Amino acid sequence: MRGSADDNTYQLDQTDRQLLNILQDGFPICERPYLAVAEQVGINEEELIRRIENLLATNYLTRFGPMYHAERMGGGLSLAAMAIPAGDFERVNLIVNSLPEIAHNYERDHAFNMWFVVATEQREDVEATVKKIQALTGYPVYNMPKIEEFYVGLRFAV
Amino acid sequence: MSASASPSETIMVLTDLDRKLIELTQAGLPLVARPYHQLAGQMGISADEVMCRLQHMQDCGVIRRIAAVPNHYKLGFRANGMTVWDVDDSEIRRLGPQVGALDFVSHCYQRPRHLPLWSYNFFAMVHGADRDDVQSHIAAIRELLGEHCRAHDVLFSTRILKKTGLRLKARE
Repeated sequence: MRGSADDNTYQLDQTDRQLLNILQDGFPICERPYLAVAEQVGINEEELIRRIENLLATNYLTRFGPMYHAERMGGGLSLAAMAIPAGDFERVNLIVNSLPEIAHNYERDHAFNMWFVVATEQREDVEATVKKIQALTGYPVYNMPKIEEFYVGLRFAV
Repeated sequence: MSASASPSETIMVLTDLDRKLIELTQAGLPLVARPYHQLAGQMGISADEVMCRLQHMQDCGVIRRIAAVPNHYKLGFRANGMTVWDVDDSEIRRLGPQVGALDFVSHCYQRPRHLPLWSYNFFAMVHGADRDDVQSHIAAIRELLGEHCRAHDVLFSTRILKKTGLRLKARE
């Protein structure tokens, strides 16, 4: 069941699948949390830790730990879009990506072809970042901060 | 999982210890038998204090949960579509949680329109094995929204241009 970072051949076994399902839901805060989960699955603590290490190494998991909610820490977060002519896309891309406030940026198949997440330490800095990108690139930025959140979760049954 | 089930949208004031804890766990939880004790050792405080702060941050919603984040691509969910919808403002708070409850939807928000270019006020990230699979999920959402939806579209990502994790500088 071992795999390395570039091992694309590792196949999940039944216990891995069970772990992926259980560990997406949450993890206890107690003295020996891995032991608590291991007992639930019917394996020992050491094997559980080894399996999580392996799932991370083989890239079935991108992360294991606390999932933080930036806005609740007082930071700013928004989704913004731009519509950029194809010939100017790479120039704008370089400018946008150079800003540390840009966390994610995706090209999408739409007239609004660039979509990025602005994450700032202070809530009011989102608007300043948007204005800065407009000034640097010469294109409008369509800021779409969430008005209401209905659901956030990545829950994949495997 | 509905909006009403989440803690209120208040901002928790983080202590220096909280910020240090966040910094130490951004990359993940230590994979040792007593992970909270290891963090306590690094911070020079008691394990009880570490667990207490983590529990408090979880209760306040600063931590959504402590959990594994699967690589959905590797798990066979190879097509991810950002679906966008023009939904009646008066119905969105009722319909939003219903769409969010669908098991193929991972994120679901109301966002502002930018008329006339952008009339969509409701976003749902949809995951499927392939684009056909995503299209069938879109049909299911369309049916759920019924007469309260005027138009919709799906945007597939063609390239990841940048991807970084949450950054939080410790205040010195």
